Amino acid sequence: MKYARTRLMAPAAALAALLMTVTSAHAFKVFVSNEKEQTISVIDSVKLEVVHTIKTGNRPRGIILANGNKWLLVCASDDNRVEVYDTKTFELVKILPSGPDPELFTLHPSGNPLFVANEDDNIVTVVDIFTGKILSEVPVGVEPEGMGVSPDGKFVVNTSETTNMAHFIDTKTYETVENILVDNRPRVAEFTPDGSEVWVSAEIGGTITVIDVATKKVKSKFAFEIQGVNKDAIQPVGVKFSKDGKKAYVALGPANRVAVVDPKTYKVEKYILVGQRVWNLAFTPDDKQVYTTNGTSNDVSIIDVATDKVLKSVKVGRYPWGVVALPE
Amino acid sequence: MRSVRAMSWTAGHVVIRACALALAIGTIPVAPIGMTGFAKAQDAATSAKALDQSPAEPPAAAEARGTAPAAAPEITKIKILMARELRDLPPPLSLLDIPPPDDGVGGAKLATADNNTTGKFIKQEFILDVVENEKPDALVAEVVKRVDAGSAFVVVDAAPKTVLALADALKDKNAVIFNAGSPDDRLREEDCRVNVKHTIPTRTMFADALGQFMAWKRWNRWFMIVGPTPEDKMLAEAYRRTAKRFGAKIIEERTYTYEPGSRRSDGGFEQIQQQMPSFTQNVKEYDVVVVADEGGLFGEYVPYRTWDAKPVVGTAGLYTATWHPAIELWGGTQFQNRFKRMNNRNFRELDYNVWMAVRSVGEAATRQNSGDAAKLIEYMSSPKFELAAFKGQKLTYRSWNGQLRQPILLVTGKIHVTVSPQPGFLHQLTELDTLGIDKPETKCKAFSK
Repeated sequence: MKYARTRLMAPAAALAALLMTVTSAHAFKVFVSNEKEQTISVIDSVKLEVVHTIKTGNRPRGIILANGNKWLLVCASDDNRVEVYDTKTFELVKILPSGPDPELFTLHPSGNPLFVANEDDNIVTVVDIFTGKILSEVPVGVEPEGMGVSPDGKFVVNTSETTNMAHFIDTKTYETVENILVDNRPRVAEFTPDGSEVWVSAEIGGTITVIDVATKKVKSKFAFEIQGVNKDAIQPVGVKFSKDGKKAYVALGPANRVAVVDPKTYKVEKYILVGQRVWNLAFTPDDKQVYTTNGTSNDVSIIDVATDKVLKSVKVGRYPWGVVALPE
Repeated sequence: MRSVRAMSWTAGHVVIRACALALAIGTIPVAPIGMTGFAKAQDAATSAKALDQSPAEPPAAAEARGTAPAAAPEITKIKILMARELRDLPPPLSLLDIPPPDDGVGGAKLATADNNTTGKFIKQEFILDVVENEKPDALVAEVVKRVDAGSAFVVVDAAPKTVLALADALKDKNAVIFNAGSPDDRLREEDCRVNVKHTIPTRTMFADALGQFMAWKRWNRWFMIVGPTPEDKMLAEAYRRTAKRFGAKIIEERTYTYEPGSRRSDGGFEQIQQQMPSFTQNVKEYDVVVVADEGGLFGEYVPYRTWDAKPVVGTAGLYTATWHPAIELWGGTQFQNRFKRMNNRNFRELDYNVWMAVRSVGEAATRQNSGDAAKLIEYMSSPKFELAAFKGQKLTYRSWNGQLRQPILLVTGKIHVTVSPQPGFLHQLTELDTLGIDKPETKCKAFSK
């Protein structure tokens, strides 16, 4: 990898200088897990290219930051563990237990513990990231997947793909306090930045269900329509909000598009064409770019938030799955 | 689609009978989550550990432990019955294809466990009961008895005649039948019944799924080999219809009538190696061999032995299926794992067809938050109903004949090759209706009444 870096240095620097004027001036590291390659691609948000590749365990999927952004946590699904990498050196720091087949996880806003969805075991495992101890196992529906945590840290919402529910888990008692039926094959649960709503995407149902957090009732539900695209191919998965809560981006799977939604009106403002089978998304910490993982085209589309246009497609590993950006 | 009829074979009967004895005693206690099948149900009797994580223990588990069931009157109980007609069929050519004694039942158990995991959040409990018999009359009588005792949902793996007999016996009752084992088009056409839904596709659906791929490959000249059974002839008829629809030409048709005798005797490949090339000799230039051999009498002997070096499709070589034990598409990995853990064997096509039926009931009960049979049956027939079944899109029942629409896999023994409908085969309503007999052509009248 070293030689590749030196070789690319000159043109990359020139390109970076060029792009500095149009995009973010801060260089962030963006980590992308490649499900079928046992790697994480590290993208530089100014150079807009892969600057490093981390070797991981089998089938890396969910990916988040922890321990004051010092750690990168990766679900190595086929190895039944969470791997912890140093975000500066990219070295493996340690391995955390996760329960079987971890897919997605979320960290409590206080920094600990970690809530892991065990897709193959109908439970959510709660893990202390410092001691590596399993604190609890919470029974949920069939094929737990999406994990969202409320900004105030009171609730974790888990989705179950075959039970078709959003399970509200109390983070103090580790018990489900409410189970809300959503449309078929829910994938991602994401809280709005103000914590008032949680959005749940339903891949087969083709909808986003908006749940009011205070009453824990379904508040609204909306679908997508794209001219010339078969309705069955519009399969919402990843959902992310800008920090100011003014924009939501929804990845639409095999429709190969990302929808830009107004979180106040639930109206779609724009569909952005990206790579194939887009599943997950991440904002850069300055909210200026959005990175999308395009599973079947093996690339990441980088969207400029100001214009909602794709700046560049960057080739990563095989079947890019999860993505997270590190504040430098 | 291959070995759709092969639900049991002679040697397997010993095992099946033993199993039937156990079943005669009563309901199979289908395990709640975390438990897998009979063996684990026994474990539960001595150890409650497997259930520790379950906050509200379903009454079935309490019964399994021999303690008094907890009084929980608010739980809605939904009974699902699986009815199997045990048929004597010749053994398959390959040892790998021998049906397990619980073929189909494994899928029913998994779907019931899936339904119950969901059910515990909304106070619903699904109870699976299995009845089986070699005699169609006795089977029908037993099902009627169970339906009268409150089982409104009947999943059937039986000969087409028996499916019809069941449908007619249950005609005026508050019940619905799911046909999971018969691909006969007539059950959805001239002999359709309003109280029957079909989770297994029809022969014309399977044939079109294959035909679309052949059209995409531009394998337009077919050499068709048809087996001797009535089912083989019906499949051949479906292939002829497909050829006509998609512009392929059947260059020649031959009927394979060789008496297979004792098919799994030691050796024998030498004879096949002599016989198959001569059987396939002197055919005009063609692109592909299409085999119609549902009985599995000779199909596996065709690939690599044809006189001309040609690909083989149909019921051998590249064949059509609703499910395959190696499918990991659309989140299928966990589904396969769940099945294997529970049943200690591979996930077969019939299991999947039954799973879809039992999950249809679960899906309706969840969405309607009810166990009321009439309400659930009505909901399953409404346009609101949709089923997620690891096929990458929602599945729905055709309103004019109760057939479940679904993508169909084209597979080899090891892995999938493609999934139909193929891109480019368009339809004004849903591409899934490019497979099989569509609404404007249907002969089914019962549903329009």
